[in-house]
Amino acid sequence: MVSTDSIKSILENVMDPEIPTISIVDLGIVTDIQVSPEEEIFVELTPTFSGCPALKVMEELVLEAIKNAGIEKVKVETSFRKQWNTNMISEKGRQALLKHGLAPPEKHEGYIELDVLSDVACPLCGSRNTTMQSPFGPTLCRSIHYCKNCSNAFESFKPVT
Amino acid sequence: MEFTDKHVMGLKDLLYRMADDLLILGHRNSEWTGLGPILEEDIAFSSMAQDKIGQSLALYEILQELGENEPDVVAFMRNAEAFHSCQLVELPIGEYDFSLVRHFYFDYQSAIRMDMLKDTVVEPLQMVARKFRGEIKYHTMHADTWMKMLGAGSEEGKARMQKAVMDCAGLALGMFELSDYETELSESGIFAGEEALKTQWIETVSQKLEAFGFDVPDWDTVTPVYGGRKGEHTADLQPLLDEMTEVFRIDPAAEW
Repeated sequence: MVSTDSIKSILENVMDPEIPTISIVDLGIVTDIQVSPEEEIFVELTPTFSGCPALKVMEELVLEAIKNAGIEKVKVETSFRKQWNTNMISEKGRQALLKHGLAPPEKHEGYIELDVLSDVACPLCGSRNTTMQSPFGPTLCRSIHYCKNCSNAFESFKPVT
Repeated sequence: MEFTDKHVMGLKDLLYRMADDLLILGHRNSEWTGLGPILEEDIAFSSMAQDKIGQSLALYEILQELGENEPDVVAFMRNAEAFHSCQLVELPIGEYDFSLVRHFYFDYQSAIRMDMLKDTVVEPLQMVARKFRGEIKYHTMHADTWMKMLGAGSEEGKARMQKAVMDCAGLALGMFELSDYETELSESGIFAGEEALKTQWIETVSQKLEAFGFDVPDWDTVTPVYGGRKGEHTADLQPLLDEMTEVFRIDPAAEW
C-alpha cells in the first residue's frame, strides 16, 4: 500500500548530490507529496537557489528512487510555489551538515544582515571566534569563514530568507 | 480584474525587461570568472552570474506559459534588437570600478523591483519575486561591502569609484525607461511602475552613497540613457550575443 509516508521514507534516502550527508527531505526541498487513488505519485521540489545546477539531478534521483521501489507512475515537478528558506532544514539535517564539515545556517526571523552571517560557530572546534571571508563559496549555498581559535578555514551553509 | 490583450502585452514587456537584464548582466558577470582581482571576488562575481542566469530562466519560463517560445530559443536565438535589456547591463566589464558600481546600481534596482512585485496579482511572478529577494540580498550586501571599503580607502581607489558613480548615473537611470503599458500595469495590480521604482531607487542609492563617503549625482540634471527597453542597443550587445550563442548555434537540436 503506497502512502505519502511511504514515499517520504523513500525520499529520506535520496541525498543531496553536493552534500551527500543530508537527504532532500531534511534539506526541506520536498514541498509536496501526493498519492492519487490510482497510486500515481506526484512529488514537488523547490529550488534552494534559482540557479542551483543540482536541481535537475535531484529530480532524476527522486524519479529513480521511487521507481526502484516498484512504483511506475511518478511525476516530479520543480516549483517556486513554496519558497525554500534555511529554516526549513530539519534538526537532523543540521546535524548532517555538521557531519559534512559545514556550519549549519543560523535560524533567522526573515531578515538577514552581515553581522548574522559573520556570527558562525566553527564546525571543527565549536568556537565562535570566527570571521566571514566571503558570502560566496564553492556552491551558491555556502559562504567561506575562518576560525581564529583553531586557525582553520571552513564553510557554512548560508542562511537564506 | 480581467486582463485585456494590452495587460498581457504589458506583463510580457515587464518580464522581458527583467529576464533580459539578468541574462545579459549574468553573462557579463561571468566574464570575471578567472580574472577577479582576488579569489573571493572571482567566486563572488561567478556566483552572482549563476544566480542571475538562474533567475532569468525562471522568468523566461513564465513567458513560455504566456505563449512565448521556450527559454533556450528565447535566450539564444534572438538578435540584439529583440532584447529589452537596458544599456547599462550590456557594456563590457571594463575596470573593476565600473563593474562594482554597475553591480551596486543594478542590484538595488533588482532588489526594490522584487520587493514591489512580491504582492503582484500575477501569481507565478509573485512566487519568483519572493524567491529572488533572498538571493539578491547577498548581491546588495556584497556591493555595499566594496563601495564602503573603497569609499574609505586610498585616494586613487576612492577617486576612481567616484568617477564611476558619476559616469554610470545616466546609464543607471536608463533602467527605468517607461514602458508603453505603464497604465495597464499599475491599474491591474501587476506592477506599480518604473517611475515609482525609480523614486525608491534614487532614495536608497543616494543614502548609501552618502554614507559611504561619495558625492551623490544630481539626479535631476542627469540625462538618462534610454533605448535599451525598445531594442536600441550599443555596438557591444551583438558581439556578446554572438559569443554567448556560439555553441548553441552549432547544433540547436543537441541534447545536453
